[in-house]
Amino acid sequence: MADPMKIRANLVGDSTEVKVLMSHEMDTGLVKDKDGKIIPAWWIQTVKVTHNDKVVLTAQWGTAVSKNPFMSFKFKGGAKGDKVTITWVDNHNDSRTDTALIA
Amino acid sequence: MPSIHSLRLIVGVAAIAAATLAGSAFAQTTLENASAKYRQDLADGNPADLWVARGQEMWKEPRGPRKVSFESCDLGLGPGVVKGAYAQLPRWFADAGRVMDLETRLVWCMVNQQGYTHADATKQTFGNGSRHRSDLEALTAYVAKQSDGVKMNVSLADPHVREMYDVGKKAFFYRAGTHDFACATCHAADDLRIRLQYLPNLTEPAGAQKAYTTWPAYRVAQGETRTFQWRLHDCFRQQRFPDLIYGSDLSIALTTYLAASANGAVYAGPGIKL
Amino acid sequence: MTTRFPAVRLLGAAAAVAAAAGILYGCASAPSASEEAALTARTIAIMKASFRPKGQAGLDRLDQDETQRLCSQYAGGKLPESIVKKIEQENLAAVKYPADGKLVGDWKEGEKIAELGRGKQFSDDPAKPNGANCYACHQLSPKEEAYGTIGPSLYRFGRKHGYTEETRRYAWAKVYDAEAFSACTNMPRFGQHDILTEQQIRDVVALLVDPASPVNQ
Repeated sequence: MADPMKIRANLVGDSTEVKVLMSHEMDTGLVKDKDGKIIPAWWIQTVKVTHNDKVVLTAQWGTAVSKNPFMSFKFKGGAKGDKVTITWVDNHNDSRTDTALIA
Repeated sequence: MPSIHSLRLIVGVAAIAAATLAGSAFAQTTLENASAKYRQDLADGNPADLWVARGQEMWKEPRGPRKVSFESCDLGLGPGVVKGAYAQLPRWFADAGRVMDLETRLVWCMVNQQGYTHADATKQTFGNGSRHRSDLEALTAYVAKQSDGVKMNVSLADPHVREMYDVGKKAFFYRAGTHDFACATCHAADDLRIRLQYLPNLTEPAGAQKAYTTWPAYRVAQGETRTFQWRLHDCFRQQRFPDLIYGSDLSIALTTYLAASANGAVYAGPGIKL
Repeated sequence: MTTRFPAVRLLGAAAAVAAAAGILYGCASAPSASEEAALTARTIAIMKASFRPKGQAGLDRLDQDETQRLCSQYAGGKLPESIVKKIEQENLAAVKYPADGKLVGDWKEGEKIAELGRGKQFSDDPAKPNGANCYACHQLSPKEEAYGTIGPSLYRFGRKHGYTEETRRYAWAKVYDAEAFSACTNMPRFGQHDILTEQQIRDVVALLVDPASPVNQ
């Protein structure tokens, strides 16, 4: 199973600033291993973020995103103690969901 | 559509590589600025934190054949004490009869307290992707993080530590191999670079402080968090020397020399490096 | 002509002052010659126990020749003039010029060798040709902007030194064994240590001295 994400969500003025680190290989499918064999593409395809139960961000990713991706964004609203939940799904259909409280 | 003010995806080193193609007169400053900017962008999101988080979980859990956690591992400040531990290592450990750096001490605790064989404890000293992760890199990143903001304070009062310092300094200038290289070939003068990579002058406090206090570090080009043992190991590979043994006395001697040279500086790791 | 590198030699006024201060400080606790010898022996023993052979890099890589030993011994301090002479003379005597007298090869091949960093590391395939990685330390062709500064710029080397036989012989010998001209230089001895083949040295010399080489434009 994939490692937990590291999520920080902070209220700044009237918006919530979210910073998230994800643990993922993000193999492009263009790199060869030391035996000369292609390492198959393995990457996060979709990311979904909800604030309480409302979707505030969806993203479709490609293989150009780096290994161990870092994403930061803001959304309007949010209050201290609210839940921010992030889910990613990769092309192996593996997924990971983590939640942080807005501080 | 949600109201998204900014969405940034960090896409590896591509932006920095492009920046270095600028005119040669500006290449130096452009490279420095680009990497400074990149580090700043990632300061809040250093992927080394993923290693720290994993190391933190491992620190608490019962491990090995004896199901003992690292809470009983003494890094020099008492069993299980991690706050400030990295900033005072290497040091002499009477129970082991050796001067040890953090990584060597972790292996010692795994073997002597948790019951691993030495071979099992050092099976994956350096990680290679999520399929071959290194527990030692994660544990080292976690413990080092607990010295973030602490002043480097390696004591040379113990004669064993002092000897390792002297040996490390001597070894730093030892030239050998097909290319006549020593550590000093690249790291004993200011403002030199290999290709576009600036080299710290490790014989001066300022250079040693800046370099030592930012390891372990997330290496963007590798997507891995690397430790000081890794740094020494890979320097010797490039020096055309043989394979430096993890936790060997030479690795501890050089670490003692460089860590003590960084005394007085505030530890600020784990860092992030290209 | 000699080129001195700063790393293992103290140069300039500021460095001289620092050295003087070091001597004064050292008076109180300067190690005796026998203490120094004991520390060197201890260091070498620790080094030999701290590596294992891997790939093409055996433990014999740790054994020093006389030049390496002397340069390590005097590192960080002043190299006595007698030692400078000894190292330079011994290394000059070891320079082998090609039997056919042909010193200059193809600068285009030389450029590739100057770019290539592979060779002699335990991670390198010994069946493949080694590079010299000249650009790691030197500026050469102005088109390559990713050059290092450990060694001096060699841009317009041939133009500056003149397209003479003397320049060609100097360039050959310098690449073959740089210690012949500059004791304890940081530059590897590419011929002396079999890093480059005779033909590869010809090609690197061509990069430096051929009037058509981009280095001399």
